[in-house]
Order: sequence, then C-alpha cells, then structure tokens
Amino acid sequence: MTRYSALSLIRQGLAGHRGWAPAWRSAAPKPRYDVVIIGGGGHGLATAYYLAKNHGIRNVAVLEKGWLGGGNTGRNTTVIRSNYFFPESAAVYDLALRLYEKLSNDLNFNIMLSQRGLLFFAHSRHEMELFSRSVNAMQLNGIDAELLDADDVRKLVPILNFSDSARFPVWGAFYQGRGGIARHDAVAWGYARGASALGVDIIQNCEVAGFRVEGGRVAAIETNRGVIEAGAFGLAVAGHSGVMAAKAGFRLPITSYALQAMVSEPVKPILHTVAISPATGTYVSQSDKGELVFGGGLDLHPSYAQRGNLPVIETVVAGLTEMFPIFRELKMLRKWAGLVDVVHDSSPILGPSPVEGLYLNCGWGTGGFKAIPAGGYLLAHIIATGRHHTYSAAFDLNRFASGALVDEAAAAGIPH
Amino acid sequence: MLLIACPFCGPRDETEFRYGGESHIARPGPSSQISDERWGDYLFNQRNSKGLHLERWCHGAGCGQWFNIARNTVTHEILAVYKMGEPAPEGLE
Repeated sequence: MTRYSALSLIRQGLAGHRGWAPAWRSAAPKPRYDVVIIGGGGHGLATAYYLAKNHGIRNVAVLEKGWLGGGNTGRNTTVIRSNYFFPESAAVYDLALRLYEKLSNDLNFNIMLSQRGLLFFAHSRHEMELFSRSVNAMQLNGIDAELLDADDVRKLVPILNFSDSARFPVWGAFYQGRGGIARHDAVAWGYARGASALGVDIIQNCEVAGFRVEGGRVAAIETNRGVIEAGAFGLAVAGHSGVMAAKAGFRLPITSYALQAMVSEPVKPILHTVAISPATGTYVSQSDKGELVFGGGLDLHPSYAQRGNLPVIETVVAGLTEMFPIFRELKMLRKWAGLVDVVHDSSPILGPSPVEGLYLNCGWGTGGFKAIPAGGYLLAHIIATGRHHTYSAAFDLNRFASGALVDEAAAAGIPH
Repeated sequence: MLLIACPFCGPRDETEFRYGGESHIARPGPSSQISDERWGDYLFNQRNSKGLHLERWCHGAGCGQWFNIARNTVTHEILAVYKMGEPAPEGLE
C-alpha cells in the first residue's frame, strides 16, 4: 500500500498522477476463510479492518452484492454525534466518535471529519424542559452536551426564523460541539484500503443465496461466485438483515423502511453547524461543496425500494423552509433513499444470532453511519473472542426475550 | 405514493392512512404456559418480507377503520385489500 502524504501528492502531481495504485485489491473468493463478513458497507468493512488490526485475524473476506459503500453508507446524511440518553447507547456512540476523531490518521485516508457542532432545536417551553432533562442525562454519560437559550442559538445560526410569526419559534437548543459530519464514501474506502492492506479479501458483486446449516451451525454460504466455507460469519447488511435471517432460518425484530435524503443546489457557506428540529421533522447541514444536505423522518410504510415517497419530501421541505426562510428560493438537485433496519427500541443488535457461527451487526436504523467504527470494532471483538465486549452486552438479541430494552425510541422519538 | 382503496370509503391518498404492522399474527396462549422467548418472538419478531407482505392499515384521517392490505414491498403495488378477520386472498398467503 502506498502511504498518502503531502510528499506522495507532490511526487504524483509532478508525474501527472499516472502512478497511483488502486486503493484496495479486488479479490476472487477462496473456498475457505477464517471469517466471512456479509455486507461491504461501512460496518462490514470496519469489522474486517478491526479483525485484522486488533485481533490478528487476516484470513477474512468481505462480500458485497453490489459495489462498496453503495447501500446506506453512500446514502446517509453523514451526521456524527454521540449525545444519547441511556448510558449504554452513549458508551457505544461515543466510542464511535472517539474512533472517528482519529480515523483519518489511523487509516491514512482523509475522511474529512468536520466537528462543526450540532444543534437540536426546542420550539416550546415544554421542549426546553425535556431537553434540560436530556442534557443532564447526557452530561452524566460523559458527553459534551450543553443547553443553549435562544440568544446563544441566534449567535450560532442567525438565519433561523426568529420572526414573531414563526410557526416553530426557537426557544433554545441542545448542542454537542464534537458532533459534525464526515465524508461517507471516504469512510468506506478508507476502511476497505486499510483492511485490504492487512490481507483482507474484498469481493464485490458477490451475493449470498443461502446458508448451509449443519448441526445448528453455519458451515458455509452459497453465493453467485461459489460456495464459501468459514469458521464464523458476520452479517452487516442493514435493511436486508431480515432477508438474510430468513435464508438462515430465523426472524429478527426488524422492519425495513426507506429513509430519504436530498440536496439543494450549491451555495456559498451559510450554515456552519448541523441543525436538527424534531418538531418540524427536518435536519440539515451544508456540505463542503455548498449543497444543503437534508432529510427527515421515515417513509410511511415498510419498503425495500431504494427510492422515496412524495408526502415525506413535502413534510421535510416544508419544515426546512419554515425554519430557514432564506432557503425558500433554493432549487433541489436530487433525492434518494436508503433501506434502514428499524428496531422497536431504536437500538442496535450486536452479538450471536440464533444460528451458531453467525454473528449480527444490525438494527442501527436511521443512525448507522455515525456508529460505523463502533459497530465494526465491537463485532470484530465478538467474533474474535466469542464473547461480548462490555459495550455490546446490552445490545444482544436476547433483550427481546428478557425485556431489557434500551429504549432510545422513547427517549429521542425521532430519527437520528 | 400509494392510492389506497379503503373498503369503507373508497380510494384515498396514503397520507390519510396509518401503517399498523404485519397481519395475521396470532397471540399465543394461555400466557401462563408461554416462555419468555415465545412471548418475545410474538411481540417483536417480524417477517419483514421483501416482496409480498400482508399488513394492517388504519384509515385514521377518514373512517377510522382497520383493514388488511397485501402489498409488494419492492414495487409498492397493492395486490389486494381485505377486511379484518378475513384470511389472505387465495394465492397471496
């Protein structure tokens, strides 16, 4: 692997950029691996990277039915934050944020992390009271959450609708300064490059057709590129988790929905933080290219179509233009949707599946991108050691039998 | 975007309706004989089918009635609408 540096950039620049090597090897599948990860998005690639780097397990393959990062990793709105209500959630998402903070150096790949701060707006006195409780909980979880009043918010985002006629007046916000955005493709590509350099086989256009279960244990998988055996399998396929589970003979507490996002035409820098409004159902940030990247709630019904539904777009755009009257003249460039794996308590599922030898990393729902480093780190730990990490134990599938849900759905009540 | 034929009010825009989960899930019982695993399975696990999906809807902003829809979750095509308590239409089970 060629290390990227200012020096290598100058050298390549002088040579007309003709000497760059591909960032990862595109491998053909071998008949057997120690570990096979199904799903070549951020979580799958991160799992393979940490298996090789932290646990020395390098005879690993990542299978992707399309192209790397072509699912939710390339379809999200790139928001990163760790301000969660329950200690179990805050631990996982802050692990992800701490790993993100060092990821560009760790991977020698610029993921363009921009910790520009993140605001959740309160639009009534009652919301301010609830937010005050949430901020207290987050601070107890060790998260850098602050409660801001309307004047503080106005200094950060002067273009918000502060007029007397505002349908959703801003009463204040809670703020996480370490929150922000990163380049989503770069996260997938960086992990792929790092994993490939450590010996991991990255196999694209390889779709899993079925599992060969012998004596209650997954022995091999059937793919469109042949049968592949492995000592352990990891599943990181987000919205398609239920489809894969059915092939392996079990069901999951997951419903797949389309979650939409859209971008405006590019404009000069005007919005310097990530802005989220639970009441209007809209959140927005401005990309480095100048486009406003925004989205909102789930589509109204379960879906496996990677495209969105007009009523939700109307709600999101109405919320955006109400909050930011200055954006009313903007044109939209495009919109798209990803398939998110929604769980009743809006918390992930990490750990063993009902079938031996198959491990789960799913249920991140609308918040998978921000969790990529932690999802990969924890699944790698579980596969390598056969035991839960302290941080992952609360997110085992068995919580749906024991009743010990980590109910972020009730705590936040919004997509995140 | 869906045009849903409410069995009571006729075709209406999807924004008048609310999705209410998978249809035909029988509550296991008696509860004293149901294990935690079986109860958790009943409460939480989903078929979450890719393709044909049988699901309950409520015409919340109309007549308020519940009914069943057989729908394709990839194309969003509505294949059948039938009343609560009725079995799935033949060929769509």
